[in-house]
Amino acid sequence: MSEANLALAHQFDDPEQQLDASTTGMWVFLATEVMFFGGMFLGYTAYRLAYPEAFADASNLLDVWLGSINTAVLICSSFTMALAVHSAAEGRRQKIILFLILTMILGAIFLGIKFYEYYHKYEEHLIPGENFTYAGPSPRQAEIFLSFYFAMTGMHAFHMIIGFGLQTYLVIEAWRDRFSAAYHTPVELIGLYWHFVDIVWIFLFPLLYLVGRHL
Amino acid sequence: MNSERIVSVRTYAVVWVSLLILTVTTTGIAFIDLGGWNGFVAVTIGIVKALLVILYFMHIRFSQRLTWVFAGAGFFWLAILLGLTMSDTLTRAPVPPPTVATQVGVQPR
Repeated sequence: MSEANLALAHQFDDPEQQLDASTTGMWVFLATEVMFFGGMFLGYTAYRLAYPEAFADASNLLDVWLGSINTAVLICSSFTMALAVHSAAEGRRQKIILFLILTMILGAIFLGIKFYEYYHKYEEHLIPGENFTYAGPSPRQAEIFLSFYFAMTGMHAFHMIIGFGLQTYLVIEAWRDRFSAAYHTPVELIGLYWHFVDIVWIFLFPLLYLVGRHL
Repeated sequence: MNSERIVSVRTYAVVWVSLLILTVTTTGIAFIDLGGWNGFVAVTIGIVKALLVILYFMHIRFSQRLTWVFAGAGFFWLAILLGLTMSDTLTRAPVPPPTVATQVGVQPR
């Protein structure tokens, strides 16, 4: 398997061209992901313009401190992921494993805080649906805000869980010594995926958590 | 392996610290009333952070131009999606509340 990986597929001139082709393919996938999340960002923007006051009020239900801690945690996990890719390019097996595990620990902290937030929303009957209760002035519009909150952060968390699985695969493959300075395409591409998930959160955080402070 | 691809650990560290500083900045600014500009500032800081991640963590700055095209395409179409929709929602005249006549299904005169 290791030998087969190192071998150049016959349609490419050299390993560099092969890696460039894989990277471009990954960016095509990421473009579809931009469109996927873009639809939700568009819906959010349209409704926020329609109900600015209600969205600001409902935004105050979210905990800014937990949101900003999670942003910092995710930025740190992107940094450790970048270091894992860097170690892979240098062919340092132990460092790849170390930085991947650090990335996964930070990802787990993020999801833990997210779960804690969701649980509180559940306890406060703020999950849209039958049992939704809201004391503020426009409950229906607050429910729309919370629907966007759960849909967007939920899809984001789902992407993180998938990333978690992909990183587990990378740790196993690195453990088996499948990557080298010459071949580490999977580390590179899963790194791109993880950074994309970070970018989604970089926009979710101000739009969901910070709108309530001042319009 | 193209040596240009390998970004130094120092660069990664600088980008990482910048991202953390921008996170603190965006959270802090949210508590200051900028008179309607808060949303604009928050999204602008978000775009700067996203560009830092894309250019350095995702190596776009050191990638070939074809990768730039594909990376740019997603955001270009996103701009069309947002731009054309906003050109509708932002320019609509307010809809008057329904009159009693329309509520009971009677054609207004």
